[in-house]
Amino acid sequence: MTSIDTRAAVTVGDVAGARRARRRYAPERRRSLLLTVILWICVLYFVLPLWWLLVSSTKDNSALFSTFGLWFGGDFSLWENLQTLFTVRDGIFLRWMINTFVYAIVSALGATLLATMAGYAFAKYDFPGSKALFSATLGAVMIPLTALALPTYLLFSQAGLTDTPWAVIIPSLVSPFGVYLMRVYTADAVDDSLIEAARVDGAGEARIFWQVGLRLLGPGLVTVFLFSLVATWNNYFLPLIMLNTSDLYPITVGLAQLQAAATQGGGSQALFSTVITGSFVSIIPLVLAFLFLQRYWQSGLATGGVKG
Amino acid sequence: MSSSPALTVERPSAVPQPTRHTSTAKRKQNLAAYLFVLPFFVVFITMLVVPLVYSGYLSLFESKLIGGETFAGLANYVRALTDPAFLAGLGRVALFFVVQVPIMLALALFFALALDSFRARGSKAIRLLIYMPYAVPAVVATLMWGYLYGPDFGPIAQMARALGLGTPEFLSAENILGSMMNIVSWEFIGYNMIIMYAALRSIPSELYEAAEIDGAGQFRLAWSVKIPAIRPAILLTVIFSVIGSFQLFNEPSLLSVIAPNVVINSFTPNFYAYNLAFVNQELNYAASIAFLLGIVIAIVSYVVQLSEQRRERRERGLS
Repeated sequence: MTSIDTRAAVTVGDVAGARRARRRYAPERRRSLLLTVILWICVLYFVLPLWWLLVSSTKDNSALFSTFGLWFGGDFSLWENLQTLFTVRDGIFLRWMINTFVYAIVSALGATLLATMAGYAFAKYDFPGSKALFSATLGAVMIPLTALALPTYLLFSQAGLTDTPWAVIIPSLVSPFGVYLMRVYTADAVDDSLIEAARVDGAGEARIFWQVGLRLLGPGLVTVFLFSLVATWNNYFLPLIMLNTSDLYPITVGLAQLQAAATQGGGSQALFSTVITGSFVSIIPLVLAFLFLQRYWQSGLATGGVKG
Repeated sequence: MSSSPALTVERPSAVPQPTRHTSTAKRKQNLAAYLFVLPFFVVFITMLVVPLVYSGYLSLFESKLIGGETFAGLANYVRALTDPAFLAGLGRVALFFVVQVPIMLALALFFALALDSFRARGSKAIRLLIYMPYAVPAVVATLMWGYLYGPDFGPIAQMARALGLGTPEFLSAENILGSMMNIVSWEFIGYNMIIMYAALRSIPSELYEAAEIDGAGQFRLAWSVKIPAIRPAILLTVIFSVIGSFQLFNEPSLLSVIAPNVVINSFTPNFYAYNLAFVNQELNYAASIAFLLGIVIAIVSYVVQLSEQRRERRERGLS
């Protein structure tokens, strides 16, 4: 079973490695109006829900339920909604945002560092046991992480780590897919002769990694970082079971709690527009991160496409 | 630094011979390699292997009011395999996998191929907009679709009524699974598209040139050159989708708030395990459900890989 994993992975790596020959034919030759129209209609499906979220965050609670969902209506209450959002329960929303930032950035930095070191070693060293270890890593991609959450919770509670930020951060440090990506990327981006040259110059292995390897791995690092960032940022199950204190919640668990409170009524109907505005605010950072870093992650995913 | 004397001994001439090493240099490199992989495997073992083993261990015990934890053998597994709630949940995610995953991956492949052909205007913008939902947390996506599905004020219901189609019941018992399929597709079509697109961009040009000399059209090019070339990437997305659909949790968990009578506490195996462990306090039984689910996922992934391998072997045999 594990040997099949390696085979599939190696094939991906080979295809990526064989990319070096640049495509010569000019792709802009013929545009198709039909394809353009079909694709842009499909884009509506992906964009309209987010458009609805934007429009709804400008409505007060009564307009939310009385005007057409996909267009502005009623008073423009975005500022009032934001004010409510950031003051509800003593400004706990801001606290959740900060928690999410901290958990996601610490986890992603850690996961990227671990995955890069391991991926680099798998790509550039032929050490005894490397095949078995890499197969084990790939096999782990198939283990459902949520199936592990329950025993992890029990182990953490015995260690007294539940209801602390570590309970969310430590399990998020494992990124088998990151190791796989970094191995493929390193094999492509870091030339063996550079490493040999550095060795001849008397550089130690650790220095070669920090000063030669990391410098060439930029797009790969950004890709793994972004994917780990999204995984932790969007994680709901793990913080849900690990944390009990509202002050420690990330935004996902906090919003779900607000939504449950809004649905159960509790006399505070205004909560619906707060939940919607909160949802809108919470997706802005990641969408911006993806837009601004797209050059890096797209080339990282294409394993070195820019350097061709 | 320390490996250089060994290397100079190894190279009496000025010509570098990078492939040959003395055994001490080789040993130093092995040591460095082990130190590089060590941090990852420390976390890997404590966060993946230990919980997995612990889960298996827990599932073999029973917790009784009198006597505490007692060894139960496979009793929890027997109970799970005869538990209609667990089996129905497993059936739901299996149906989800069989219906949703082919649709999602076919659409992702279609978009990836369409964008790779560069025949559409604004390809770059289209790619980013389709990918954008991936940056939206599943919690927010489910909350949002929950409002969109709303029978009274949801915009879909508003439009359907305006067109005289009546009010669609997205949250009814018959339609809820389909509604979840739609949410998951919305979130992950772009993600899968990007993986396939990245693979398409890395196809070597020789393959195209050969096909273009043959005068192959875009559809033949896609079918007989592009899709076979990115098969490993497609396999990867299938494996991820197996995992994703069998461990469905966020969507049922959040939709159960707005449709509590339809999304029951055993709607999916993962949601069931969560409720067993944290609501019913049946930890041992929950562990066996989680473990069984892991086994099912491993088997399905294995079958997917095996059938792909068979197909490859068969095609090689034919050519």
